[in-house]
Amino acid sequence: MTDTVIQATNLSKAYRLGVANNSFPTLRDALASGARRILHRKPDLGRRNSGDDQFWALRDVSFEVRAGEVLAVIGPNGAGKSTILKILAQIVEPTSGRATIRGRLGALLEVGTGFHAELTGRENIYLNGAILGMRRAEIRSKLDEIVEFSGVEPFLDTPVKRYSSGMYLRLAFAIAAHVDPDILVIDEILAVGDAAFQKKCIAKAESVAETGRTVLIASHQMSVLQRLCNRAILIDGGTILADGPTSDLVRNYLQTLEAHASTDLSTRTTRTGRGRLRVVGIEVFNKKGPVASGQPAVFRLQVDGPREAAQCLVTIIDDLGDPVTSFDTLEHSLHDRQGDVYTVDVESLMLRPGRYRIDVALVADDRVVEDHVETAAVLDVMPGLLDDRPVTAQPGFGSVSFPHRWVVRR
Amino acid sequence: MGRQGSRDAIKVSVRTDPLPVIVETVIDPSRKRRLIDLPELWRYREVVFFLAWRDFKVKYRQTYLGVLWAMLQPLVAMSVLSVFFGRLVGISSNGAPYPLFVLCGLVPWNFFSRAVGSMTGSLVSNQELVKRVYFPRLIIPISAIAACLTDMIVGFALLFAALLAFGSWPAPQVLFLPLFVLVMAASATGLGVALSAINVRFRDVGYLVPFSLQIVLFMTPVVYPGNLVPHFWRPLYSLNPMVGIVEAVRWSVLGTPADWVMISISILSSLALLVAGLAIFSKSERAFPDLI
Repeated sequence: MTDTVIQATNLSKAYRLGVANNSFPTLRDALASGARRILHRKPDLGRRNSGDDQFWALRDVSFEVRAGEVLAVIGPNGAGKSTILKILAQIVEPTSGRATIRGRLGALLEVGTGFHAELTGRENIYLNGAILGMRRAEIRSKLDEIVEFSGVEPFLDTPVKRYSSGMYLRLAFAIAAHVDPDILVIDEILAVGDAAFQKKCIAKAESVAETGRTVLIASHQMSVLQRLCNRAILIDGGTILADGPTSDLVRNYLQTLEAHASTDLSTRTTRTGRGRLRVVGIEVFNKKGPVASGQPAVFRLQVDGPREAAQCLVTIIDDLGDPVTSFDTLEHSLHDRQGDVYTVDVESLMLRPGRYRIDVALVADDRVVEDHVETAAVLDVMPGLLDDRPVTAQPGFGSVSFPHRWVVRR
Repeated sequence: MGRQGSRDAIKVSVRTDPLPVIVETVIDPSRKRRLIDLPELWRYREVVFFLAWRDFKVKYRQTYLGVLWAMLQPLVAMSVLSVFFGRLVGISSNGAPYPLFVLCGLVPWNFFSRAVGSMTGSLVSNQELVKRVYFPRLIIPISAIAACLTDMIVGFALLFAALLAFGSWPAPQVLFLPLFVLVMAASATGLGVALSAINVRFRDVGYLVPFSLQIVLFMTPVVYPGNLVPHFWRPLYSLNPMVGIVEAVRWSVLGTPADWVMISISILSSLALLVAGLAIFSKSERAFPDLI
C-alpha cells in the first residue's frame, strides 16, 4: 500500500504512577536505591515496575491512515487519545510497538507553544513558526497572511505580554493555522476561544482537509467531527474499540459514554482535574413526575472534598455532543459560596424530548479545574407540555423550545 | 447529506501536485539510537537559531546599557582582580601585564560557566516545548550555549582592545585561538547536555551546579598561572578541561609559555566529556516528557 501515510502497529504506552504525576524522584532516593542494588546484586531488568504501579495509557493499538484521510479520534477523557497523538508527533516515546509516518507531520497540541511574553508579536511569529517546523523563508512569505488572519496588525511590534488574552490566542492560532505539513495532528484546539474564533478554527480545519492533506483530530465536539471526518477510531481504556465511518462511531461513542454514566460517579476514573474536590453524585428529578419538557426539574450535585468555595458548572449536551445550555454559579455570583450540595432549580425545562448528557465541572478559587466529568449523567427528557402545548422531538431542528405564540395573518 | 457528497468529490482530486521528498519517520522504542543525529540537527538548525536569538533578545530587553553589560562585567572583574591579586598579593602572571593575564582567563571562563549554567536549566525552563512539540531535544541545550556566544565574542573583542591599549600586538599563534574556542565549546556542551538531562530527573543539579562552578573556578588557572601547580599534580589538575584551555588561550593571545602536556590532557578530557555528555543525553532523552 503506497498511499498509507501512518502505519501504527501494537503501540503501547505505560506510565509509572507517581512519576508521571508530580512526585519528583530525588537524588537521595536514587542514591539509596543504587546502594541497595549494589548490596543485593539483583539484575536490573529494566522493567523494575512491572507490578501494580504501572498504568497503561495505551495497549496494543494498531491502525492505518491513508493519504488524504481526515480521521477523527473519539473517546472519553483519559481514554488515550492524546497519548496516541503525542506518540505520532514523537513527543512521547511508546513503551512498545512501532509506527511509520510518511511525510512531514505537524502537531497542534496547544496553540502558542513557545511564545515568549517579552518578544513582540512579529518576533513570536518567527519563533513559533520555526518551532512548529516552518522555514524562515516560508514564514516571511506568509507573514502578511498570518497577521491579517490574526487581526493584531496594529500591535505587531508590541511585546505579547501587553496583549489581551484574546489577541494572544488569535495570533497563536493564526501561526498554527499557517503551518502546512503533509499530516496535521490536532488535539482539542477547536475547543478554545470564543464562538467566532472557534468558527474560524473549524473553517480552517475544513479547508486544510479539503486540500487533500491528511488530518487527525481529537475532539469532543461530535458535530464538528461528523462534518470534517469521514472515518473515525473510537478509543476507550487505551484500546481501539471500533474503526469505521464517523457517524456510526459517534453513535457508538455516545453509548459508551452512557455505559460510563451508569457506573457510580464517585468511582468513575474517566475524569480530569486536580481532584481535591470531586463530584460524587448527580441526580435530575421532578418532584411531581417524570423529567419532561416544560415541567419543573431539579439538578442536584453532591461534592466531596475539603469544604471550600468553588465554581460549579453544569452543561447540558445534546446527542451530537454540542452544548445546549449551562448553569454556572459564577453567573449567579455564587462561586465563592461554600457547600457540598449544589442544586439548580428549573421552573420549566425548555428542552425538547430526547436524550441529553450532563457534563459537570468544579473550578477552584485559583482557577484550577478540580474535577471535570463528561457525561456525569444521561438525561432522558420525556414529552411534556410547555405553555400547555405538547413539545415533540424534532431531530435535526434544535433541541430547545421556549414558550411562544404563532400569529398567521392574511 | 449534501456535505458528505461534496467531500467525496473532493477526495477524488486529492494530491495532484507531485509529492516533494518524502521524509519517513519510524517510531520504534527498540530502534538503535545514535550518539548524535547530525542530519536531523541540521534540518532543525533554524529552531536553534530562533531559540538562541530569543534568549539573546530577552537577556538585554528593558536594560539601559544592553549589550554593554557583556563588556562591563569582565572589565570590572578584571580591575578588581588586578588590584587584589596583581598588586596586593603579587601573583605571577608569567611576564604578561596582570590585567591582560587575568582577562585572558576571565573571558573563556565566563563563557564556560555561563554556558554550563544556562544549559543545565534549559530543558526544565523550556519544558513547555519538551511536552508539546517535537524537535531533537538536543536543540534546547545547544541553543542555550549558542546564546552565550555573543557575550564571548564581545569579551574577546574587549581582550584584543585591552591588548592594543597595553601597546602589544597579538602573536602569530593567535590563529590557533578558534581551535581552542572550539575545544572549549565541546567541553561545555558535553558537560552542559549531561547536566541538563540529569536535571530533568534530579532538580538537585540546579542547586549543585552554580556553587560547583565557583569551586571549579579556583581549580582553573584564571587568577593565577597554571605552572603554580606542582609538576606531580599537573596531569590530574589538567583533567579539568578549562585548565588546558585557559593556558592555551593565553599562549595564543599573549604568547606566554605553555605546558603542552597539560593542554593535551585537557583537550582529550574535553573530547571525552563531549562523548560522555551526548551519550548520557541520548540515553535519557526519551523519558524527558514523562519526567519533566
